[in-house]
Amino acid sequence: MATGAYRLHRSLGSRIADVTILGVLTFLALVTIFPFYNVLIMSVARYRDIVQTPLYIWPQAIDLTAYRMIFMDRLLGNSFLVSVVITLGGTALSMFVTIPTAWALSKPDLPGRNWLFMVVIFSMYFSGGLIPWYLVIRGLGMLNTLWVLMIPLAFNAFFMILMKNYFLTMPESLEESARIDGASNPQILVRIVVPTSAPIMATISLFYAVARWNDWFMGMLFIRDPMKLPLQNVLRRVVVEANLELGNVMAAAMRDSVMRIYPMTIQMATVVVATVPILLVYPFLQKHFTKGILLGSIKA
Amino acid sequence: MSTANDVELAVRVAAYRRRRWLRPKYRSLYMMLIPGFAFLLVFSYLPMAGISLAFFQYQFGRAIWEMPFVGLGHFDVLFGNPEFWRAFRNTIMISMGRLIIEFPAPVILALLLNEVRHSGLKRTYQTVYTFPHFLSWIVVVGIMNGLFLSDGVVNQFLNVLGQPRVPFFTRGNWFLGLIFGSSLWKTVGWSAIIYLAAIAGINPELYDSAAVDGANRWQSMWNVTWPGMRGTVVVLLILSVGQLLNAGGGAAFDQIFNMYNPAVYSVADIIDTYIYRQSFQRGVNFGYSTAVGLFKAVIAFFLVLVVNRAAKLVGEEGLF
Repeated sequence: MATGAYRLHRSLGSRIADVTILGVLTFLALVTIFPFYNVLIMSVARYRDIVQTPLYIWPQAIDLTAYRMIFMDRLLGNSFLVSVVITLGGTALSMFVTIPTAWALSKPDLPGRNWLFMVVIFSMYFSGGLIPWYLVIRGLGMLNTLWVLMIPLAFNAFFMILMKNYFLTMPESLEESARIDGASNPQILVRIVVPTSAPIMATISLFYAVARWNDWFMGMLFIRDPMKLPLQNVLRRVVVEANLELGNVMAAAMRDSVMRIYPMTIQMATVVVATVPILLVYPFLQKHFTKGILLGSIKA
Repeated sequence: MSTANDVELAVRVAAYRRRRWLRPKYRSLYMMLIPGFAFLLVFSYLPMAGISLAFFQYQFGRAIWEMPFVGLGHFDVLFGNPEFWRAFRNTIMISMGRLIIEFPAPVILALLLNEVRHSGLKRTYQTVYTFPHFLSWIVVVGIMNGLFLSDGVVNQFLNVLGQPRVPFFTRGNWFLGLIFGSSLWKTVGWSAIIYLAAIAGINPELYDSAAVDGANRWQSMWNVTWPGMRGTVVVLLILSVGQLLNAGGGAAFDQIFNMYNPAVYSVADIIDTYIYRQSFQRGVNFGYSTAVGLFKAVIAFFLVLVVNRAAKLVGEEGLF
């Protein structure tokens, strides 16, 4: 669109519009970035600098005490591991459940397909509510186990439909030739469909992974043992309940007047620790999520 | 005689069709549906059966048939409870606020981004705007604490200006501002993607012919871009009306539950946070909170049906 000839003909008004738009967008970008900057500088601030500076907006020294405390904290380190385990395990389980369902439902000639689909759709718009759901999970004996962080939310109807819609757009020819060679349905799914639909596999598994990594509700509702709490729940103790006594090490450090540290600094350092993993995978996330949204917008 | 043959043929075809699902090809497809539908059965449909709790007095460790039947007793209590009606009203008010403030923002952002001609620059902006979407609400609440708590940077700034500190988290209207603002910050870039996708689907020749006709940028935005994305806007508008009783999407609970406190219950306590408190923070009145949940689920379901019908009436595809 922006060819040379086109550019030459742009009027003064158009150029003013360009400058205005870029100005607004740049302002919005700064508004997006500034809160992160603020978190970062607060997380490395020294107690006395914060107390003495009326507007702490420029780091005066870099003090990593808060990070040292966090990494020494047994509870936080443990919760990080828990989160890694349930994210990997939960995503694998979710894909194992979602892929075959989506593929079978994508077969237009499957008898009863519409009825089955209605069963899925109804579950998206009506629910038994929090308590009956809670009681079912408790009844299954999942309370206070890592399973509860992976199993109850393993199947997501919306993600399944996104995947089904993608399968609908795949050409039949590959499958047909495999069928002629005598391949069964499960063989076709595992050897042909999954390897040739990398974009949707990446997208949906990232959807699931982010959902598992960011979840705190399951941990709050079902986990009592502190050593089984995922990262978000420990973060929640620091951020929401403002309970800075994370574990023994940190509690001791807090009592120790030599290691005086501003409460907000620990909070902000914890936020940084929880944000960095997402930042590291963000390039993949952005690439695939954008694609996923586009795929999802193609209706059945 | 030919009629008899036809009838016989028709009967056979019907029988064949009826047993179509028994054919081996389909048998393995049905097997593949088992895991997914087992999850739906256990975690979606079994809880629906648990709705019957709404008509009993819950007692821990007892089977439902051993609990006292109270009929519509919980609903009597519910409809007479001002705290419930407050949560109901707050939910609707917050949803409306989101419709007015949060709904148009990504539409406008997409229109602005579309006017950036340099594609690398456009991508950079998008990369920045989209990032907060991937953070959990817990992390975002932490980030908001850094900005808006009494010792946060915003209040430091006000203090330097000689202004009094603003209790953002504990004063009703400021808190609502914080709710809408933090949501915007987290989701606007992400929500804009779907509109950008709609814009990307517009035939470029339309812009060329508009330019030939002498349209300026504003005119081509209004006459080409906007009509091309209007359908998407309508569908998403309808979707968010369907979310009225969630105070705007499933994330509303995550957000409000992690930010609110008793000082702002009067404006920020929504149905879902009310249900949670009734269930887990004030003894275990499971029968009553199931009743509240049922009330909400039924209204929300009819809302979705109405909204879906409305979508079809205005010529959109609808959700199902």
